Amino acid sequence: MSDDNKMTIIATKGTFDWAFPPFIIASTGVAMDKEVTIFFTFYGLNLLLKDTSKLKVSPIGNPSMPMKMPFGPKWLQKIDFGPKIPNVLWNIPGAESLVTWMMKKTMAKHGVAKLEELRSMCQEFDVKFIACEMTVELFGFDKEDFIDGVEFAGAAMYFDEASGGDHHLYM
Amino acid sequence: MADETLDASGLNCPLPILKTKKALSKMDAGKVLDVISTDAGSVKDIEAFCNQTGNKLVSTTEDGGKYVFTIEKV
Repeated sequence: MSDDNKMTIIATKGTFDWAFPPFIIASTGVAMDKEVTIFFTFYGLNLLLKDTSKLKVSPIGNPSMPMKMPFGPKWLQKIDFGPKIPNVLWNIPGAESLVTWMMKKTMAKHGVAKLEELRSMCQEFDVKFIACEMTVELFGFDKEDFIDGVEFAGAAMYFDEASGGDHHLYM
Repeated sequence: MADETLDASGLNCPLPILKTKKALSKMDAGKVLDVISTDAGSVKDIEAFCNQTGNKLVSTTEDGGKYVFTIEKV
């Protein structure tokens, strides 16, 4: 495969909502004959954990997130509760879990792939996963915490992977 | 008449594309795949997919929100 077919993504975010874009773009990229590498660093490392159940979406500091009911009558589902609910309420224990559960419900209703499904499709299609070694150590992860097939390396390897490619995204 | 049919009804982006890719990879060149989708976004996406991968989009039909894409594998 020629070099100009190479594509890289730097995945830096570890919340449930932001876990999707890197895997969606990477899996679609390989489906369209790109050679894709994702470099996971800082909080992006969470996306490689065997157990992704701790990934949550938080309404705190997430001001543009629409907050709509995944069920109920049509008129109710259209209301965006995001701007209507004071941020202070989201500090209640369990709020994040509730919002995450609602987002999962909404996604399932819309036929969006599950996170693990997208991730394993990436692997099936040979997307290369690189975990930033420095941040693995920095945050006290063990290599056993991560799924199989992950390579551990540093920023220099990212450049090696990116070399010659013309499509690089930071997420 | 298609050699294979993939029913991607109810699935959303990017699943119709990923499943199409998987189905095509198991087929021989020249064989024809029908992809059924209910995702309106897949009209442009399947077109782009075929453009990029060189597979031939033979036809697209729509009937009441149900799309059928006929793709010939290169």
